[in-house]
Amino acid sequence: MEVKFNVRRYDPESTDAVSHFQEYQMDMDDSSTVLDGLIRIREEVDGTLSLRCSCRSAICGSCAVRVNGEAGLACNTKIIDVLSEDGNTITVEPAGNLPVIKDLVVDFQPFWEKIRAVEPWLQPEGEVPETEYLAPDEDMLHLAGVVSCILCGACVSDCTVMEVDSNFLGPAALAKSYRFVGDPRDGSAQQRFKTLNEYGGVWDCTRCMKCVEVCPKGVAPMDRIMVLREQVMEAGYTNTNGARHANEFINSVKHSGWLDEKKLVIKSFGIFNIKAMIGLIPLAIRSQRAGKVPPIFHKNIPGVENVRRIFEKVETKK
Amino acid sequence: MKYAFYPGCVSRGACPELYSATIEVCRILEIELDEEALKGASCTGAGVLQEKNLRLGDTLNARTFAMAEKSGNPLMTICSTCQGVMSQANERLLADPEYLASINEDLQEEGLEYKGTADPKHLLWIIAEDLGIDFLESKLVNKLEGLKLAPFYGCYIVRPTKALGFAENPGRKQALEMVIESVGAEVVDFPGKTLCCGFPILTINPENSVNMVANHTIDAKDRGADAMVTPCPLCHLNLDGYQPNAASARKREIDLPIIHLPQLLGLALGISPEKMRLNKHIVSTKKLLSELVISP
Repeated sequence: MEVKFNVRRYDPESTDAVSHFQEYQMDMDDSSTVLDGLIRIREEVDGTLSLRCSCRSAICGSCAVRVNGEAGLACNTKIIDVLSEDGNTITVEPAGNLPVIKDLVVDFQPFWEKIRAVEPWLQPEGEVPETEYLAPDEDMLHLAGVVSCILCGACVSDCTVMEVDSNFLGPAALAKSYRFVGDPRDGSAQQRFKTLNEYGGVWDCTRCMKCVEVCPKGVAPMDRIMVLREQVMEAGYTNTNGARHANEFINSVKHSGWLDEKKLVIKSFGIFNIKAMIGLIPLAIRSQRAGKVPPIFHKNIPGVENVRRIFEKVETKK
Repeated sequence: MKYAFYPGCVSRGACPELYSATIEVCRILEIELDEEALKGASCTGAGVLQEKNLRLGDTLNARTFAMAEKSGNPLMTICSTCQGVMSQANERLLADPEYLASINEDLQEEGLEYKGTADPKHLLWIIAEDLGIDFLESKLVNKLEGLKLAPFYGCYIVRPTKALGFAENPGRKQALEMVIESVGAEVVDFPGKTLCCGFPILTINPENSVNMVANHTIDAKDRGADAMVTPCPLCHLNLDGYQPNAASARKREIDLPIIHLPQLLGLALGISPEKMRLNKHIVSTKKLLSELVISP
């Protein structure tokens, strides 16, 4: 089949170093992957195209790129699955949120810095055992998904928070942190929670699910971040807007059956947070003027006692 | 066609214009809304409650599904977040009969049981799938020609694709564009249309949240959009309510009205802007409405 590859090129050493698209018309098999196409372009058509790849089997994590705007491994993306409806085009771009070195090759330095920041090694406490540190199988099962991470950077590429804030630890590093927090041999959870609770940690995730959707290995970083949030709160770190927001949200549903938006905003910032309260005034005035304000008195839903009973029954179950 | 109407918290709270526009639009599109069936239904949990206790979220949503089943009508949502959270809950409940049975034990006292037949559907999908675009077009009294609209979906109506049934209903990926085109307007495509609006971190990291608003609204505006249309009231709240903050953060004018999906439909169906409270937005729709050439 005829496939038009629309590849984003960038060469910092060229005289006009401007990122641009270049088209390559290729005849490909139905069974080919995007990586097959890129390698053939490099070997048969244009030797100046730079890309990173190694295993071609979705194990090494080298070939993460954006195909039609979404991150994934070029080696396990079949061409036939990503062809545009009109004209058999595939757009290939370098992974996002990382600086481009050349063409499809990005600089992983910032990626590794985030991974290092969560101290991805076991930090056992107590006496060193005579033999190895033992971990019961059943305690390790919940880590099976997260240890599948091949550090390809697809989640980082498409993280909607990292796009606006380079300080965010990001999905890959936070999933890695979950792996060590959840390891029964690790003894530094308290210290880890302290870091995770800070700016750039678990609370900055928007829960947009991009990382879950693009991860080629089913690591589901966002789901891990959500568990870490709960653990951070259980560890006593509740004095954050994130923790207050979560608690007030649940409180509101529990007592009235639905969301009290006004109270949620105020309680999340903290009523004694004078600066934030003053900061809310312009929004309050704008909303009031436009008539976009929730009812003054937040009424309970009919039969709210049934919701409360469910809370009481299920709150202790998980 | 009749539906058990689930308005969600926001259309009864900070976005009353969404509620009124929905009612008006459904009347004309012959979508009969049962507003009583789910009066006692709770919030979906919006993913926040699920962080704390997934089972609790699933129980509350199973309760809502059981109420819809009892009414004998399918469930209609008008919020991307409600839709996504319900779709995810339904997927978990249907995947494991034992889990569903144990959840039902906690609903028993209220005389409710979820049998597994609720198929929560956003108004957007109802129009595309149940009503059909042809039917919508047959009801149009105005063609909104010349209007350039940027779609903005909201995360929970596009991800996770499995729970949202994208494989079974491939049209869901482009449903908003399809509706925009069917009312005669032009789609302004931009990469941010399926990304996060920033609402969930509004109180947690306001700076990041406002930056997201700025990126999306400025990108759409610079690509020529006259307005943005969204099926998610949470996206609306952030993109509309915090657009003045985004404009001052970037030191430029943005002025991009954020229209709810039913308001767009309403304009094409001949409903007056006042009835749909289009005059009740933070970013004024006045200029947009005055420039709108409505051609029958």
